[in-house]
Amino acid sequence: MSNPLISARGLTKKFGDFTAVDAVDFDVAKGESFGLLGPNGAGKSTIMRVLAATSQRTSGTVEILGKDPELFGPLVRAHLGVVPQQDNLDGELTVTENLYIYGRYFGLSKKFISNKIEELLEFAQLEEKRDVKVEALSGGMKRRLTIARGLVSEPDILLLDEPTTGLDPQARHILWDRLFRLKEQGVTLVLTTHFMDEAEQLCDRLVVMDKGSIMAEGSPASLIKQYSSKEVLEVRFGSDRNKEVAPQLATMCERMETLPDRILMYTEDGEKLLEKITHAGMHATTSLVRRSSLEDVFLRLTGRTLIE
Amino acid sequence: MNAGIDVPTIERFGALYIASARLKSMSKWRTIIAAVDIGNPLFYLIAVGIGIGVMVEQGSGTSGTNGIKYIAFIAPALLANTAITGIMDETVFPTIEGFKWRKLFFAQNSTPITGRQIALGVYLAALCRALFSVIVYYILLLAFDVVNFGISILLVPIAVLGGGAFGALMLFAAAKIEKEDQFFNILGRLVIMPMFLFSGTFFPLSSMPIYLQPIGWISPLWHATELGRESAFNYGISTTMVVVHLVFLFTLLVIGLVLATRQFERRLSK
Repeated sequence: MSNPLISARGLTKKFGDFTAVDAVDFDVAKGESFGLLGPNGAGKSTIMRVLAATSQRTSGTVEILGKDPELFGPLVRAHLGVVPQQDNLDGELTVTENLYIYGRYFGLSKKFISNKIEELLEFAQLEEKRDVKVEALSGGMKRRLTIARGLVSEPDILLLDEPTTGLDPQARHILWDRLFRLKEQGVTLVLTTHFMDEAEQLCDRLVVMDKGSIMAEGSPASLIKQYSSKEVLEVRFGSDRNKEVAPQLATMCERMETLPDRILMYTEDGEKLLEKITHAGMHATTSLVRRSSLEDVFLRLTGRTLIE
Repeated sequence: MNAGIDVPTIERFGALYIASARLKSMSKWRTIIAAVDIGNPLFYLIAVGIGIGVMVEQGSGTSGTNGIKYIAFIAPALLANTAITGIMDETVFPTIEGFKWRKLFFAQNSTPITGRQIALGVYLAALCRALFSVIVYYILLLAFDVVNFGISILLVPIAVLGGGAFGALMLFAAAKIEKEDQFFNILGRLVIMPMFLFSGTFFPLSSMPIYLQPIGWISPLWHATELGRESAFNYGISTTMVVVHLVFLFTLLVIGLVLATRQFERRLSK
């Protein structure tokens, strides 16, 4: 990658004896939407705090816009928009006051911020809430406001730590739509998530993380192609029978995962496999044929599901 | 990026941005702040200064207070204590809130603003509150005819200096502690209350048993009170002691701020 906006080599972060991030390498190109996918505790948020030029790394090198964030913290942060996992808006202030004060921290002029606020309120669909105290907003609105706040300085890179965790499906879709617009405008996005659908929707390229290490890297489609089959057949035989039939099923497909409640069978043709099972005299109580997803990639790489 | 961000300017004035944001939050509580900061010492002034003052002066005249009316004797202490409690409120609570309860400092630190600037900004805003309360209280002292307008105006900066010395330490302590419940208990019962009672507030420190006097010696309140009495009423302390009081308070202030800014940087960069 020529002239990446972000470049990390051997990035390691320890808290005492605990290694949260273990010698991680990655690059992010300009205009790219880059994702860190992994379960809670994988080290995603720790990496984000290092990229945000606040947390000090233990070892390795990091360059953001060609500068070491540890040596040029304020200079690097001037180019970043940060959306932390936990909203840290000032609940006692109104929507516009929050945007205004945050803009002032970038030393922006009153006039610039005032114009920007109108644009951001529209973007975040919060025009009608402009003078409402933040503590009275819904979770989805707070999230959109936090993203809007991160955009007040027109950053080159927007860092989003679990942007939709804790939101209901409708609020998530609104948020995805907003992030997609940013992507179209050419803003470089770096986001963490433990939702595979979110990663598939928003990321051009991602790394799959587990226990502080990168397990795989690529576009969502290429990862699925590399680590999973085209289709997945999910079958349930009831929690007691799942184990009984498992050995017989295993002979019928390329690969299989037995989860507590269901069995996942990896195949190129799910319907055909289901027919084969029925022919063999086994009757699943429920069955579902679906496309392989990043969830399956993660399961393949770590032997565990993303959300446990 | 075309927003026109000027990082060197932020590096110079960042602490002021934080202070102005803090003052904005504070202004939402202005009625309560005024009531607490003015009302509380006013009650003491009336109850103790006038009420107990009558008894004191009936008993020994003004011989125990170097010829100063009792109400005037306690006024500089109450003034300094106003500054101390005001600054404490505006350093301890915003700091714990900023790191733990609402994590506002982490939001501020995701901009070009540094931890050091956040610490200084919180501190400056706290000083502003103390200055405001002390000025209003000083005007009340003029109105009550406790002090005469003139050189006694020095009571105002002295009280703020006393508060500033204590506040710098509180800023550090609040940034350092992880479990705030115990901290509040210890602070209220074992620091604030004894300091208020044993800093020569209501009687000269020298009239206490010698083994209790060290509480006063290390108390910013005592040093500020003595300075205040000297400047407003020619209380009769030596120049050497005036220097000692000033040096003590400034040293505390500087040490407190150095420790606090370092602790802010450290905790934010974890």
